[in-house]
Amino acid sequence: MVERRPWLDALAHAILILGVLAVAFPVYLTFVASTQSAQEIASSAPLSLLPGRHLAENYRLALLGGETSAGSRFAPGLPMLGVSLVMALTIAIGKIVISLLSAFAIVYFRFPLRQLVFWAIFVTLMLPVEVRIGPTYEVIADLGLLNTYVGLTVPLIASATATFLFRQFFLTVPDELVEAARVDGAGPLRFFWDVLLPMSRTSIAALFVIQFIYGWNQYLWPLLVTTDESMYPIVLGIKRLIAGETYTEWNIVMATAMLAMLPPVVVVLAMQRWFVKGLVDSEK
Amino acid sequence: MEKRVRFASRWLPWVLVAPQLVIVGIFFFWPAAQALLHSVMEQDVFGGDLHFIGADNFRRLFNDETYLQSFRVTAVFSLLVAGIGLAVSLLLAVMADRVVRGARAYRTLLIWPYAVAPAVAGVLWMFMFASPMGVVAWALQQAGIDWNHRLDSGHALSLVVLAAVWKQISYNFLFFLAGLQAIPRSLIEAATIDGARPWRRFWTIVFPLLSPTTFFLLVINVVYAFFDTFAIIDATTQGGPGKDTAILVYKVYYDGFKALDMGGSAAQSVILMAIVIALTVVQFRYIERKVQY
Repeated sequence: MVERRPWLDALAHAILILGVLAVAFPVYLTFVASTQSAQEIASSAPLSLLPGRHLAENYRLALLGGETSAGSRFAPGLPMLGVSLVMALTIAIGKIVISLLSAFAIVYFRFPLRQLVFWAIFVTLMLPVEVRIGPTYEVIADLGLLNTYVGLTVPLIASATATFLFRQFFLTVPDELVEAARVDGAGPLRFFWDVLLPMSRTSIAALFVIQFIYGWNQYLWPLLVTTDESMYPIVLGIKRLIAGETYTEWNIVMATAMLAMLPPVVVVLAMQRWFVKGLVDSEK
Repeated sequence: MEKRVRFASRWLPWVLVAPQLVIVGIFFFWPAAQALLHSVMEQDVFGGDLHFIGADNFRRLFNDETYLQSFRVTAVFSLLVAGIGLAVSLLLAVMADRVVRGARAYRTLLIWPYAVAPAVAGVLWMFMFASPMGVVAWALQQAGIDWNHRLDSGHALSLVVLAAVWKQISYNFLFFLAGLQAIPRSLIEAATIDGARPWRRFWTIVFPLLSPTTFFLLVINVVYAFFDTFAIIDATTQGGPGKDTAILVYKVYYDGFKALDMGGSAAQSVILMAIVIALTVVQFRYIERKVQY
């Protein structure tokens, strides 16, 4: 530090703390609401800022479903969490595997139409699924894949973010390594498995976090391809809970929201270091 | 940037790219082509033939006041989300960069909203603004503002903007922080020694050097506002009141799946595609040209 300006440092801390609180506030309220009873919420104006005492029963209802004292039926959240988990994992792992293979081929092989293949894959970066919902839905419907995991996940694996990232990374791997492997008599697959893959660990980890969250948070696409409640991911389930609007039992809704937020947040926090590195490096 | 060392194999590369190509072909190129096709076709009232009608769908769209309105709403919405989002995140990042101790902790505490689904973010903010229990709604009533996001489009738009910005703060913050940390300390120190105060230093040195990051985030945020916010809108206002928060992608969904206007929806998709491609091309061109070392 070349200069000392303590008041500016104090201001910095103050702003940061304010930021952290502002960011956390909505979630805190959610948590509080998830621990109160429906009557408490409906009759309070505004919501009390202190947690209530109904945590266990609210979460039990949210997870296992059932009927509340006001008579509304709640579908169990646990299966929906399961759907979200399968979706997120499939998309993350599927995308990573496919992209590793494609990036490897594009960078390390010379084959006719290589450039065309690269551009064909690259162009998918530009169009998120929301832009092609109509026709993609038709394709899925025609293939009979509505309400299936395949229909939920495969169209979302189509974009090339991961391929691009791996390509950029592979390009920075020194040629000497390939030559050394060659000299040792290793073929391409050996090189891939023994050398390239271990080196890519950080990128893979970062991508896993990003794609897991991407998959978990998908909303528009599952909305279109699922009509069977048993195939709803949790984020869709939450929206349906407040769709009724006559008497929303916010405590259960909020408990479900907390449940829906938990796994992705855990993933982000646990893999924070790789995630940050991967996110920032991937867009260069 | 080309690799000089390559493996020789006629068939292996094809096997390796096959999975991605197949998926991309079936679930990307084919639907994209279909969208293009449908956008110049019209379907019979009874769902019978499709026949070619040229640019009629597009002409109809541009003469349709609700579509133009949707365009306007989307433009305002993305500018607000991008502008406010970037400003707030930049402030937080600058502060975090300045703080030597605890930067890690602040970063952890600020990045977790990235994990929150837009749909959930919508629900959370809806809850804060719902009456009678909504904390923010109550505060506004105390301040004399009669908040009603069901009836007032300004309120509805504010609600979705707030939820969208809240969710994006982490992402922007991370990139700004990384950008700030990449600025060589020597530059800042030189300016300080020359007597430049923090405010001056920021605007003449830091901000210009941050411009690639800022531009990149601008494009990302606009694309985010265009598409990822669908869930927020569906969870909170469903495009209402009336159609006043129906951004373009929401309209594509509504027209295609609720109003069952396939041709119009496809034409809208095509227009959206063109916009995204334009944005991406601009972004890449700019990055190529403006990389500062």
